[in-house]
Amino acid sequence: MFAFHEGGAVPVVDPTSADGVFSLLWLVIALPLAGAAILLIGGRLTDKWGHLLATLLPIGSFGIALAMFVGVLGRDDSDRQVSQHLYTWFETGHLNVGMDLLYDPLSALFLLLITGVGSLIHVYSIGYMAHDPRRRRFFAYLNLFLAAMLMLVLSENYLGLFLGWEGVGLASYLLIGFWQHKPSAAAAAKKAFVINRVGDMGLSLAIMLFFITFGSTSFTVISAGAGDASDTTVTILGLLLLLGACGKSAQFPLQAWLLDAMEGPTPVSALIHAATMVTAGVYLIVRSNFIFELAPHAQTVVVVVAVISILWGAWIGCAKDDIKKALAGSTMSQIGYMMLGAGLGVAGYAFAIFHLLTHGFFKANMFLGAGSVMHGMDDDVDMRHYGAVRKAMPVTYLTFAMGYLAIIGFPGFSGFWSKDKIIETALADNWIVGLCALLGAGVTGFYMTRLMLLTFFTEKRWEKDVHPHESPSVMTVPLIVLAALSVLGGVMLAGDWIVDFLSPVTGVAPHEDPPIPALAVTVIAVAVVAVGVALAWFLVGKRDVPREAPQDVSWVTKAGRNEVYGNLINDTLVVNPGRHLTTALMATDKYAVDGTLTGGPVAIGAVASVARRLQNGYVRSYAFSVLAGGLIVLLALLVVNAA
Amino acid sequence: MNITAYVVLSAILFTIGCVGVLTRRNAIVVFMCVELMLNASNLALVAFAKQHGNLDGQVAAFFVMVVAAAEVVVGLAIIMTIFRTRRSASVDDASLLKY
Repeated sequence: MFAFHEGGAVPVVDPTSADGVFSLLWLVIALPLAGAAILLIGGRLTDKWGHLLATLLPIGSFGIALAMFVGVLGRDDSDRQVSQHLYTWFETGHLNVGMDLLYDPLSALFLLLITGVGSLIHVYSIGYMAHDPRRRRFFAYLNLFLAAMLMLVLSENYLGLFLGWEGVGLASYLLIGFWQHKPSAAAAAKKAFVINRVGDMGLSLAIMLFFITFGSTSFTVISAGAGDASDTTVTILGLLLLLGACGKSAQFPLQAWLLDAMEGPTPVSALIHAATMVTAGVYLIVRSNFIFELAPHAQTVVVVVAVISILWGAWIGCAKDDIKKALAGSTMSQIGYMMLGAGLGVAGYAFAIFHLLTHGFFKANMFLGAGSVMHGMDDDVDMRHYGAVRKAMPVTYLTFAMGYLAIIGFPGFSGFWSKDKIIETALADNWIVGLCALLGAGVTGFYMTRLMLLTFFTEKRWEKDVHPHESPSVMTVPLIVLAALSVLGGVMLAGDWIVDFLSPVTGVAPHEDPPIPALAVTVIAVAVVAVGVALAWFLVGKRDVPREAPQDVSWVTKAGRNEVYGNLINDTLVVNPGRHLTTALMATDKYAVDGTLTGGPVAIGAVASVARRLQNGYVRSYAFSVLAGGLIVLLALLVVNAA
Repeated sequence: MNITAYVVLSAILFTIGCVGVLTRRNAIVVFMCVELMLNASNLALVAFAKQHGNLDGQVAAFFVMVVAAAEVVVGLAIIMTIFRTRRSASVDDASLLKY
């Protein structure tokens, strides 16, 4: 069927060269890249039609991605990896890096998600950013992001992946800080960039180690040779890759930037900080399965990080009153589920990607819905100022409700299938991890119900001069499409299709009977979620909601409002020691280094300023110097001669 | 021949010139004192030349006179110029070139 490692369950990457529709692979990246270039270079000339062009190009990419997807479905499992060599990127010493693209089932699904959801969000942005004076720039950055993200998932080597990885980081920075006149947005952009640097360092070190160990950064070479590397090396590689993934995917301990990133325009939060970019870490781990399968210790660390992130993000989501920040906490938690799936190995990879796709649908749907609500509420983000919005915005309400039912895992909706599978796999692997995942599902039910109730139900709490209204159809149509996908996303699991489809990349898990029957797990999971929902109903829905957040709250709520003190931890452990170190280094430079170097000249200058007093301008004193000198010479001669 | 008296006279003249240069302010007087010192040294040169019985000292004295004559020309011209611009012949007034 397809080639395997010696003794491993993970298939090697062994692509055939591209032909037919697959030779258009480069165009998928080139279209949005060209859009970004035209809009940025064209300047004000493109102000009138730039956003339309920028929306059409991703739709074009989506068309190509769809054609290739159909093409790959018609092939055998063994024939589903296609690569296209574009040109030699650079060649130096033993390092020869080609600009190669790899199209396989994993990148096929990502391609559809990125271009599909990306196109919808472009359409939505036409309405959302209609009155923004810098609209063209916004669309240029969105296209740049798409090009970078597509490069990330299509590259055939880690260096090309890194190019896309840094590209999405740049686009994320530009878009978080898009409203750069707000100091908070500028600071949030910088924070995201700096924290991502920590993760990027992990990934770049991993790439160097790949080159040292395997002499190449290509997936093909590394996956074939991974079995020969020592255990220590693969474990270090796994941990470095995880560090990179944590930075990009906002996982513990590098999660602090994601909530601040909500300063960006809402379509950005939906596309970059919920649906696509933040899932790049999960892609990295699933793509590097040939490393992680050989490094069980690294996999354990992935699972631990994932469980902490699930609960940490859920905790934040429960306490935040800012609708976007509550959703951001939820994003962190849901990516935790994907990481958990990815950390569980061959059994979990496909489900991680499955949850990634369904999450891409329903979270983009809910973020865009939140944007639609904000649009109607004069850009107010505080849910305590909402209430009963469903009557004013029926379409937004209904589409948001589909996303809500999907994320809490209401039976039949897409999130139900994907989350249930991850919990099931986790329980089969380790019951503590499984219970934590179950608990996370319950808390998800709580915070999403709270968000739903505060926004769309309860009595209205908005000001008199706020007139909520339904958004234009250019914004609601993408919402409807995404809502439909949120409902129907579970189809991908029908007959284990996604597991089979991804098997050329992720391998086939040996069939084992689970310790608890799958149906029982499902029932328990639904029951736990129901408890969370009921709790939210009694704590939020049945009570009066004050317009101002009450201050006399338990420490649990306080911690949640403060993002579980993630910023405090960073400040204490890293930022402040770093500042002190910088101050000390600057003092050393100023006093020790500069002091030594400038001390000599300064001393000479001081002596000179005293000595120059001798040049007093009086001829007579000069004459006296001459006389005195002559006398000294004379006396010296006498002394010498006498001796 | 005993030259003690000549040498003593030369030393006295040189000392007077020296003290004059160091203490007087009038540029003309300072100049005259310089001339006095030159002539004192001339006297010593000639006296020692007589004692040794050769002409080296006397030749040197001629050179000193020639140089002194040239120096007078230049020096007086400088003093004249300074006097014209500053209406003063005091050496202490011409003290701009300093620290």
